[in-house]
Amino acid sequence: MALPPPDPQFVLRGTSAAVHTLYFSCGGSEPDIPLLYSGSESGFIHVWNLRTHRVDTALDGHGRKSVYCVETMGGKDRLLSQGRDQRICLWDLAEGRTSVTDSVFTEHVGFCRCSLLKVAQGRWLMAMAARSLEEIQILELPSKTSVCTLKPEVGAKLGMPMCLKLWQLSCGSQPVLLAGYEDGSVVLWNVSMGKALSQLVCHQEPVMSLDFDSEKAKGISGSSEKVLSIWSLNEQQNLQVYKTHELVNAGISDITIRPDKKILATAGWDHRIRIFGWKKLKPLAVLDYHTATVHCVSFSDHSNPRERLLAAGSKDQRISVWSIYAQT
Amino acid sequence: MPAALGERERALFGAFLRSLARAPGAARPEGVWQRCFLEGPASLVLCVLLESLGSAGSVRIPGAGRRFLQEGRVSALLWEVCQQQAQAGCPELQDVLINKIVCLPDHVSNKLQGKNPPVFFPQNYFPLLGDAVLQVLEKISDSLRGGLDCSISFVSHVLGKVCIHGRQKEILGVLVPRLTDLTKSDCIWQRICWRLVECVPDQLCFLPDSQLLGNLVVKNKKAQFVVTQKMLLLQYGHTTEVLQNLLGYLSLDSLRRTLLLRVLQELLETWSSSSAVKHSPAEQQLYISKAILICLSHLKEPEIETHRQELLTSMMEGVKCRLDSSLLQQRRLGMVVAESISLKINTEGPVLKFEYEEDDETRELKSLLVQTPSFCNVPSLPDDDPFLYFFYSDDDLIPYDMSEDKELKIKAPVYIRDCIEVLTGSRTEDVDKWEATVKALESLVRKNPAATREVSVELAKILLHLEEKSSIEGFVELRQRTQVAVLTTDPIPVAKYLTSQFYSLNYSLRQRMDILDVLVLAAQELSCPKFCGKTKHSGAQKPCIQLLQGSDSSKGWRRVVDERIKNKTRRLDKGHCDMELASRPNEFNSVAGYFFFPLIQHFDRPLTTFDLLGEDHLVLGRLAHTLAILMYLAVNTVVRKVLLYRYVRQGLLSCISSLLLSVPTERILADMTEELLETQSWLGDVMEKDPDGDCRRLALQNLLLMENLKKKLEVVPS
Repeated sequence: MALPPPDPQFVLRGTSAAVHTLYFSCGGSEPDIPLLYSGSESGFIHVWNLRTHRVDTALDGHGRKSVYCVETMGGKDRLLSQGRDQRICLWDLAEGRTSVTDSVFTEHVGFCRCSLLKVAQGRWLMAMAARSLEEIQILELPSKTSVCTLKPEVGAKLGMPMCLKLWQLSCGSQPVLLAGYEDGSVVLWNVSMGKALSQLVCHQEPVMSLDFDSEKAKGISGSSEKVLSIWSLNEQQNLQVYKTHELVNAGISDITIRPDKKILATAGWDHRIRIFGWKKLKPLAVLDYHTATVHCVSFSDHSNPRERLLAAGSKDQRISVWSIYAQT
Repeated sequence: MPAALGERERALFGAFLRSLARAPGAARPEGVWQRCFLEGPASLVLCVLLESLGSAGSVRIPGAGRRFLQEGRVSALLWEVCQQQAQAGCPELQDVLINKIVCLPDHVSNKLQGKNPPVFFPQNYFPLLGDAVLQVLEKISDSLRGGLDCSISFVSHVLGKVCIHGRQKEILGVLVPRLTDLTKSDCIWQRICWRLVECVPDQLCFLPDSQLLGNLVVKNKKAQFVVTQKMLLLQYGHTTEVLQNLLGYLSLDSLRRTLLLRVLQELLETWSSSSAVKHSPAEQQLYISKAILICLSHLKEPEIETHRQELLTSMMEGVKCRLDSSLLQQRRLGMVVAESISLKINTEGPVLKFEYEEDDETRELKSLLVQTPSFCNVPSLPDDDPFLYFFYSDDDLIPYDMSEDKELKIKAPVYIRDCIEVLTGSRTEDVDKWEATVKALESLVRKNPAATREVSVELAKILLHLEEKSSIEGFVELRQRTQVAVLTTDPIPVAKYLTSQFYSLNYSLRQRMDILDVLVLAAQELSCPKFCGKTKHSGAQKPCIQLLQGSDSSKGWRRVVDERIKNKTRRLDKGHCDMELASRPNEFNSVAGYFFFPLIQHFDRPLTTFDLLGEDHLVLGRLAHTLAILMYLAVNTVVRKVLLYRYVRQGLLSCISSLLLSVPTERILADMTEELLETQSWLGDVMEKDPDGDCRRLALQNLLLMENLKKKLEVVPS
């Protein structure tokens, strides 16, 4: 008889709005306090202290419009956030400051999260959905210089980009972008050439989220349908369907592979978090805690694997934090 | 104190310790005495301690023994012997020591007769011994790394002996997790482990890990015997997991795979031998069947190819002698195994198929054929070998129970028009959706008044005709609450509709009474101030109307109505309520007429549909009651004056007549004598002074009725 699924390690309450994005910053050594950033529908970014389980700071920088992407840029004092006010803000949080140092006006009306990739010390590439419906823009941060704009071929009818994942095989190699589109396809872009390398129709419905494991050259995507699609990238840079996995309930809002590539978590419209083994997509656990759609899942970056956490943010305004498969 | 004493010194020191142990308390200088026992050569000390236990004057020996254990002297002891062994120690002495170490708990408890300290209890001692073994192994590993030769056989023998004594759980519980951890990437530790288990092959099943075992079975004859013969063919008490571990272990290496095939052959031989079928116990046959199925699950395509013929022959023989058996279980076992073999060997052609009833056992057996064995802690391998990939998949991640992961309940529609679609739709299969809709409709109506008004009459019609499709708890109340919600949201058209339906064709009495109930509850809600109307729409406790409970039994119903009418009558007559409620805003005000007038249109005329004054007086009673409540609720409204001047008096009069008609005479007189008298005087008043002819006529009728009743009572005294 299998063990019953665990309960959350703890639950963070108090955003008083649906939680749309989560990001851990726990990699620091001892005196550093492990933090969790959450972005909520009310436009606030909450900085949670994971020792006290309380909000350290609440950042208000998106005109009370929903914040749907938060990420740190090389340390817990530099933060990037994206909101429905069509702005991407860069924050300076050092020494108790809470100021927006710079911002990018995306002019994008959708809710496609931007994707950040560190290319060198102090230099990042950021992919974001641009003003024109089908376009993706790549900027270099912090200079904000536009690197390129990725336009699908005329008549491709991909629709809006829905989710982005910028990655590179190893440090110094060419950055590549995976983008999931409204028509259900995933496109692999060569960023430096601005050219689509491969396109794969993974879903019948818009791709809601994707994640990619560059070591195994395998990725996974979810949509509003009942299936997860796993695809691989071969040496000829072609995307191929590897397998699909049928879910019990339709709708996936977020997918994250744990940094050690052992397990992955999905955030479901059915209020449930699902855990799978990444190698074979073996279903491992269904965490049924939330009472509304789960919007986001995120794994922590603890340097000690046993302390690793999983956090999920939901429309029910709660953030559940789990310790699951931390031993393996 | 140096561990390596010469033989002579040892003997001398032993004698010294013995005399120390026997010495009377006074002759024991505390610190020195202790130190001799804790720092002397551990093997010697142990022997002396055991000898002196229980003998006269040895009060403090157990304490010393306890400290001996707690201060890690056991590991010192093991280490001491290991070092001696490297220089060729004396084997007999070692055997004695092994016995002493392993039997220490028994020994101590025998000697002390139950007064032994807890540290000597087996459940405490063996984990401690496990820790000691680990410490020694660490020392051995260190010295091997330092280039020193070191023997592990003593530790290994201790371990073997412990297992033989049945304490493998306690000791391996400590050892295995740690060793698994250590052997992960370290080849010296791997070799130490392999050597360690060589001497305890009997216990291999508790070390199911290829890291810990290595290719031991290929090299070591005894281990091979244990694995391939003893555990599979001679014993049959191991669990399925052990079997899976064992055979999985054999399947993981090309050298061991030859063993796997040999094992399968031998298993099949036993399985197909008719004498074994006849003479071996059912449990063993099940065990062997399981083992065969697990072996099959590990076979690769080319292996099946080369052994197809053998497999087929054994299968035919086995299934034949099993089908001959008189035992159902035997026959079924034969069928399941034969089916499985045939499935494996005939990848393309037709597959053997028997007809038998599935039960847990057959299902378990079949699952073995496809199940991946549960290996733990295997390092991840590259994906290139599909067979290995199959094994080294996510199996180190043990799934949690996912049986609760069911389809989410169907969502109720979010729009009222969708609800109408669901409720009027003919699709009977969507019971869940229908249920959800019925449950959600009321709140939808209340949340979206504007949308409700667009379709209010249609909705009222649907609800009035809504029949219970599936068994929903409290369906009737649910429907009623929704009807009330619709009526209060859009009172005029819906009230018009409902009141018109009250007298029209093709309704059951039940439905007609439903209409009345809904009108009353809605009127009640409307007449209440907004704040309470919002939260308590059912409002059962406000002006004390409870409509549906117990309505099935007419007796109960009557009693309830009696009481209610009693209530109402008195209140109206006394006219107190006007004062009480004077200051409340009354939404019922503007719509009261729509509720009231249509209802009294036809009450006194026999209709084709039903005859209120005739046999359907049940409804009449309810109607009168309804009218009375409506009247009451229309407190302070403009319409009320009109009502009072004419219709209400009419309604009231009819109410009284219905009461007189429908309530048993005895009850009226018994329960309401006072009220009756009061009513009588009022009726007289009306009859004489009322400006309205109809009212006068009704009053007269009522008075006559009352007179009749009186007469009846006088004739037949109760």
